Amino acid sequence: MRTPAISLTNLIGLEGVSRSDIQTLLDTGFYFRDVLDRPIKKVPILTGINVVNLFFESSTRTRISFELAEKRLSAEVVNFSAAASSLSKGEGLKDTVRNIHAMKMDAVVMRHPAPGAALQLSRFVDAVVINAGDGTHEHPTQGLLDMMSIREKFGRIKGLKIGIIGDIAHSRVALSNIFGLNTMGAEVTVCGPGHLIPPFIEELGVTVNGDVDAVLEWADAVNVLRIQRERMGVGIIPSVREYRNRFGLTVERLARHKKEIVILHPGPMNRGVEIDSDVADGDQAIILDQVLNGVAVRMSVLFHLLGARELLEEA
Amino acid sequence: MGRIAPLPKALLIEGATIYDPATGKTRRGDLAVKNGRLIEPEKLGAAKVERLDARGALVTHGFIDIHAHFREPGREDQESLESGSRAALAGGFTRVAVMPNTLPAIDSPEMVRSLLEKAERLPIVLYVIGAISRGREGLELAELLEMQAAGALAFSDDGNPIADGQVLRRALQYTKDVGTPIINHAEDLPLRDGGVMNQSALSTRLGLPGNPVEAEAAMVHRDLLIAQETGGRLHVPHVSTALTVDLVRRFKEAGVPITAEATPHHLGLTEEALRQFDTNAKVAPPLRTEADRQAVVRGLMDGAIDCIATDHAPHTVEEKEQDMIQAPFGMIGLESAFGLANTVLGPAGLAIEKLIDLLTVGPARALGLELTPLEPGSPAELVVLRPDETWTFTEKDIHSRSRNTPMLGMTFNGRVVATISRGSWYTCT
Repeated sequence: MRTPAISLTNLIGLEGVSRSDIQTLLDTGFYFRDVLDRPIKKVPILTGINVVNLFFESSTRTRISFELAEKRLSAEVVNFSAAASSLSKGEGLKDTVRNIHAMKMDAVVMRHPAPGAALQLSRFVDAVVINAGDGTHEHPTQGLLDMMSIREKFGRIKGLKIGIIGDIAHSRVALSNIFGLNTMGAEVTVCGPGHLIPPFIEELGVTVNGDVDAVLEWADAVNVLRIQRERMGVGIIPSVREYRNRFGLTVERLARHKKEIVILHPGPMNRGVEIDSDVADGDQAIILDQVLNGVAVRMSVLFHLLGARELLEEA
Repeated sequence: MGRIAPLPKALLIEGATIYDPATGKTRRGDLAVKNGRLIEPEKLGAAKVERLDARGALVTHGFIDIHAHFREPGREDQESLESGSRAALAGGFTRVAVMPNTLPAIDSPEMVRSLLEKAERLPIVLYVIGAISRGREGLELAELLEMQAAGALAFSDDGNPIADGQVLRRALQYTKDVGTPIINHAEDLPLRDGGVMNQSALSTRLGLPGNPVEAEAAMVHRDLLIAQETGGRLHVPHVSTALTVDLVRRFKEAGVPITAEATPHHLGLTEEALRQFDTNAKVAPPLRTEADRQAVVRGLMDGAIDCIATDHAPHTVEEKEQDMIQAPFGMIGLESAFGLANTVLGPAGLAIEKLIDLLTVGPARALGLELTPLEPGSPAELVVLRPDETWTFTEKDIHSRSRNTPMLGMTFNGRVVATISRGSWYTCT
């Protein structure tokens, strides 16, 4: 397979990543998607490469998705999970750095509760750093898998109208979607309760609209964000009922719109809150495609940041 | 780079321009120092006189910082009275007021006295600011009058805002007769809501919790209203927003007896310093937008803001190598204060003498002090400046025990080349 190299050395976020790099990462993602459909799903591209999955925040799907992607590429995988509480004494990043140096890792996939942690880590280590979510900042592979799923469905991204609905202010998924989709030429509208829309977000090149029905009428696809149960009934979101009625993707609400809207959700879902079960499991949802594309696009990222580099060095 | 040594018994500073902020007068000539005091140059005598060539330099009164953290007692790993004093001398400061957020807090006359006793041996004059409330908890007033009698020159729970307006009101009423300023670190914590940088398009882009300008301005407005009502002496520290500058200006124009300070970092840096997630640029109140920065500069130029204060806040490397949420707020500022302020305010049109006022008589008056004129008999408390010298600020210029500053590598115009204070002298090499 011949693939043009990308200009990135780490994947910290989608902000500032060029259109051609995203294009290449998605193209290769589709290539690996085909590999995943083969009877033998493993390729020997990252043989001998050591990858550590460093998760300072609980995560099931992202961690498993990365691990699967690494193993499908034949990398050596080490998993390290630590409760966020171990960071509070302030030993987090520095000790992390020391450990990675000692373990001679080629790549670090890190999830961390603090915005900027992935960039800080990349300044301290010479291993490739892949951000698997840094607090409320970015989740670039989620942004890539969402774009891959949109492209799979529509055949393109440019010119599409994409709504992002939910708690925008506390969402790394929203930011990575906004940066990536803007770069690829889609139009983005964010929608959610007023106090969960971050201030000045329009300056990031999006439109704000608090009316879910208007957004559904406008959009080709909507990305429905998980609403944190912790925010319910603690003075932030008054009740599940109110949220569902005003912002939820209910069966009744979708029925009011004649056109077929494609529905994405990064998971895990709160069925009956931001999305009804019948909607999540219905024909318009591409949520399970997102899961498979997640593995494929993470293989693509690992390949370009690690495999392609190794191949080039050999050549 | 520089060194601190005992002051020569006889020193002649030759060919300088001398600006005396106590009188506002400038003259050219020599300044002679004998046994730590200024004397007439002709009385110096011929024997063994150290000479300092000050042609092209500006000699003036040593700077006064009314807002610094020397962390003693309790956090001597970050800074001590001794290391902080060295940082002060390197920055041209000969008098420094230290904040009481130590471990334990300086909230009793015994603590004030113990600090002042330790300060006897320092090469600078140390001023002590006592806590407003017991344990800096913002609930019960500390023994303010006893602390004042023991030598405290102002009161502050710095780092902790006084959330309860009634506590601030009582403190202003209680100290009104002695005239000791009450300094409230004004940030409404629920409005700040865990913000680690200025709330803006940049904080949204970086996914960092934002601290809105209203968190500062709303509390400053409350404080100004209470100062107006009580007639108490309020000093507003580290003004960081355009809204706050306007509020302070408005209440001053209404005749309310308030003073205000701005830090070199708020007049010289913006939130852009956070773009690469530099924890050394995390400070409270946060670095703001360019419009806010310009408003602070205007406030200093037109007198709305009375003085420059560093808010020198040392933190260890380990503390600042944490992530953006965990890393503590604060940056050191003594060594870079004059360079940064002059680099910004010079081109903005502020005369060097006015800048010196903001670093000497301005802060002195905010604490109710008068400066001694630079005349024979006065203690030699001097700083020698080269306002046109360009230099790059590096770790070698830091004398503090900590080095948490986002300014490393910045080029400044204007440099402290010597500081003379209490029998010591710092010389830049």
